[in-house]
This record gives sequence, structure tokens and C-alpha cells, in this order.
Amino acid sequence: MIKLIDIQETYDNGTKALKGVSMRIDDGEFVFLVGPSGSGKSTIVKLITGEIAPTTGRLMVNGYNMNTIHPRQIPGMRRTLGVIFQDFRLIEKKSVMENLSFVMRVVGASPREIAKRIPYILNLVGLEGKEHALPSELSGGEQQRVAIARALVNNPCVIIADEPTGNLDPQRSLEIMMLLERINRLGTTVLVVTHEKELVNRFSKRVVAIENGRVISDEMGGYYSDETI
Amino acid sequence: MRQYNTGYQFKEGFHSIFAHGLMSFAAVCMIVACLIIMGSFSLVAVNLDNTLGDLEAQNEFTAYIDDSLSETEIQKLQSQIEAIPNVSTVTFVSREQALQDYIQRYSDSENSDLFQSLPQEVLRNRFQIHVVSIEDISSTVQSVEQVNGIAKVRAELEIAQGFVAVRNVASAVAFILVMLLLVISLFIIANTIKLTTFHRREEIAIMKMCGATNWFIRWPFIFEGMLLGFAGAVIAFFIQWGIYSLILNAVANYGGLQLLDIIPFRNLAGRLGVTFGGAGLLIGGGGSLLAIRKFLQV
Ligand SMILES: Nc1ncnc2c1ncn2[C@@H]1O[C@H](COP(=O)(O)OP(=O)(O)O)[C@@H](O)[C@H]1O
Ligand SMILES: [Mg+2]
Repeated sequence: MIKLIDIQETYDNGTKALKGVSMRIDDGEFVFLVGPSGSGKSTIVKLITGEIAPTTGRLMVNGYNMNTIHPRQIPGMRRTLGVIFQDFRLIEKKSVMENLSFVMRVVGASPREIAKRIPYILNLVGLEGKEHALPSELSGGEQQRVAIARALVNNPCVIIADEPTGNLDPQRSLEIMMLLERINRLGTTVLVVTHEKELVNRFSKRVVAIENGRVISDEMGGYYSDETI
Repeated sequence: MRQYNTGYQFKEGFHSIFAHGLMSFAAVCMIVACLIIMGSFSLVAVNLDNTLGDLEAQNEFTAYIDDSLSETEIQKLQSQIEAIPNVSTVTFVSREQALQDYIQRYSDSENSDLFQSLPQEVLRNRFQIHVVSIEDISSTVQSVEQVNGIAKVRAELEIAQGFVAVRNVASAVAFILVMLLLVISLFIIANTIKLTTFHRREEIAIMKMCGATNWFIRWPFIFEGMLLGFAGAVIAFFIQWGIYSLILNAVANYGGLQLLDIIPFRNLAGRLGVTFGGAGLLIGGGGSLLAIRKFLQV
């Protein structure tokens, strides 16, 4: 579960990115976080992953109190999350297999566990047969699937995707979104950050809309649908 | 969980050496250069210390014995002095022997006949006393002076203390120089390795995002640095050996430097090898740690 209570975030240069955000994401939910560019979406993601600390307000992530978390606890907290970025962030010189196995090494998995888990995950994201390819040998959609596989491989409670389809064509984007929906149906909480309204409107999910550092709506079925009427 | 990762991290570090071949080569060269500079300083210092040690071995002072003492009393006195701390050997020199020594020492001077005609009663029976540590010679002299039956003590304390001062300054300077070089080389290595880590910062950020602990990320870098450091140490050892032998030959062929008693390389090889190996591992591993310190703050 992720809980933000009246979070304000001011960057070192004085930019007020968040001006009092409260929201709660329960286990098993699928939530879209939408809003125009610069509205503070990525700031929320960075708060949840512990890259930045809240200036004021309270933040809980999967049982960790982010206001009092010790730096040594951050790695453990991050292992409860799977994060996906617009630019994939794969390690270029490692193969698909190595990109995944190294994340399992991080949590101390044995070679046997790794050998068992990776084919299963690659099958889940539709990348069977690509384990020895380098990221540069894959299409954008395939690279994002590797990133999703990497986010999933340690079986986290929550998947957070920050504009996962920003670099993909509409068809690939839809496929990625459907994959995330499927992962959610298998039991993982999913938070998708995006500003692509068509995509959001194709799914009937909870949509949290944020503008200028404030939540302006939070409802089922989508915020953009009202706007287009 | 450690057991799986140690092998993995070692492999990662090993691969990285070849993936960044040019930088690895540069780092090894820097380590070799630093170690040879340090090694040369240390070898000079060790030889200097050895030479001063030889001079120290000749350090002794003279205690004159009261004339009224009998032979048995003198023997008792000798064991009494031998019991004083810092006294290594006590040699009894009779007045006849002392006279012979004088005659011999000044035989080719103008006044040799003066000593020749000297009656031996002018000289006193004496002890030649060697000390263990030249540093404590003045307190030893004082203790000997206070012994009953010793009439007078003659010691050239200035010379003794001069030696001590020279040696202390020399070893302090050598120590400071080596420490300074160690720190400098640590920073040079850190910066060389930093060049290889620079484009790995993205990679480190990804690892941290996936929940890697700082130590999980550090170990491959540390292994890499230690391997480079050790390779540098092995190369430096052989180069140092060559340089040392050249200098040794040069000094041996140059007659005027008899005073310098140069230690053969084989007597130093073990110590030098261990020191180079240790310093190489320390500089390489430490340099890596320094190099990635900044990138870990994600
Ligand atoms: N590291 C930073 N330092 C200063 N200002 C930042 C930083 N990151 C983001 N901002 C600012 O904070 C605001 C919100 O940014 P962000 O959360 O990235 O928006 P979004 O992801 O919705 O496009 C923007 O005005 C942006 O310029
Ligand atoms: Mg953003």
C-alpha cells in the first residue's frame, strides 16, 4: 500500500513541484496518474522510490515510513517496488538474460532460482527466445518488455511505470498497457504515469489527475473522458 | 546469499578490466610508477638505516676503574656493570693493554716516541662499554658513573646523539614521504578509475533503483581495483629489482663509496614483495572505493 498525506515537495532551486498531494493506492489496484507535462507526476514517482524525500507531509510505501526511513533500509524498500521508465534504462552491454539475472543477484537469489525464474518471466512478457540478445538488438517495444520483466523478476508488490509508452508507437503502447493490466490481474499493484489520454480512455480504471502540483480529480473510468465531451 | 555473489562480483570486476582496457592499462602504469617511487625511497631509507646501524655498532664509551680495586673486585664490578640496562658488552682493558693501543694508534705520528717512553702507571685500568641502543646512551653513562669503584667516565655523547638525530630525521622524512606518496597515488588511481566509472554511473543508478545495496555495487569495483593494483605490484617488483641491481653494480664498481654498505637485493626481496603486494592491493582497492563514492548517492 502507498499512502501520501498532504505532501509538498520543493526542489533545491525553489521549484514547488507538489503543493499538498494526498492519495492512497491499495494492494491489487490499477491506477493511472495523469496530468500535463511538468505537473509533478515524476516527482511523485521519485518520492515513492526514495530518490527524494518529502519536504513536508507523510509518506508510507509498502509498510516503510518514508519520513523516518534509514538510508540502509532504502535497498530493502526498493525491492518491494518494480520501476519502469520511459527510456527503458537497461544496461546496454548486458544481454536480456544478464539484465534480469543481475537484479536477482541483488536480492541474493541462487543461480538455480535465477535459471528457473527468468524463462517464466520472459514468457510472461512475450520475449521467449530473446534471452541472449543485447538491448541494442531489440525494438523499443521489446526493450520496454525487458524493463517490465526486470521490474517483475523479484516479484514486487507494486509496479510503477513512469510514462512507459512515451517512446513507443500507438500499437506498441497499447500492447504494453495490456501487458501491465495482465500483470495487475495476476495480483501486482500497478501505478502507470502517463499523459496519453486516448490510451487511458481505452481502459476503465481509476484515474488520478494532477495539475500544477495538486490532485484535481480521482475517479473511476477516467478524467480525460469528461474533458473531451 | 553471499556465496553466490562473491564469485559473481569477482567475475564482474575481472570482465570490467578488459572492457575498459585502455583505462586499466593507464591505472596499472600509474600504480607501477607510484610503487617504484615509493620503493626507491624506502630502499634508500633502509640502506641509510643499515649504514647508520653499522656506525652505531662502534659506539661505546670508556669507564675508568678506581686504582685501589683488586682483581676480584674488578671482576665483580664488571658483572655489576653488565647488569645495567642497555649495556651490551663490557670489556676489561688493563693499563698495559691501553698503553699498547695508544702506541699502536699513534705509531706513525710525530709524537710516537712520547708515548713510547710513557710509564704505564699514567694510564688507568678501564672498561670499554658497548650499549644496545644509542638513543639511551646518556642515561647509561649516568648509571655507570654512579657505580662504586668507577672513578670517571669518558663518553662522546655529542657524536652518539648526532647519529641518533640523523637517523631519526632520516626515518621520519622517509616515513612522511612514503605516506604522502601513498595518499597521492591513491588519488591518482581514484581519478583513473573514475574515468572508467563515469559512464557506469547510469548503470550504478539502475542497480540502486533495483534495490542493490552499496556494498553489492562496490565489490566488483574493489575487486577490479585490487587486481589492477596487484598486477601493478608484480610489474613494479621486477622493475625495482632491475633498478636496484644496476645501482648496486654501479656502487660496487666505484671504489670511493666503501662507507656505503648496500644490502643485497635477495635480502630485501621478501619484504619488498610483501610491501608492494600490500600497497598495490590497498591503492587499487582504496582508489576504486574513492572513485565510486560520489556515484553511490542516488
Ligand atoms: N531535479 C529537479 N530540480 C528542480 N526542479 C525540478 C526537478 N525535477 C523536476 N523539477 C520541476 O518540478 C516540476 C514537476 O516536474 P515533474 O515531476 O518532472 O513533472 P512531470 O513528470 O509531471 O512532467 C516541474 O516544474 C519541473 O521543472
Ligand atoms: Mg515526468
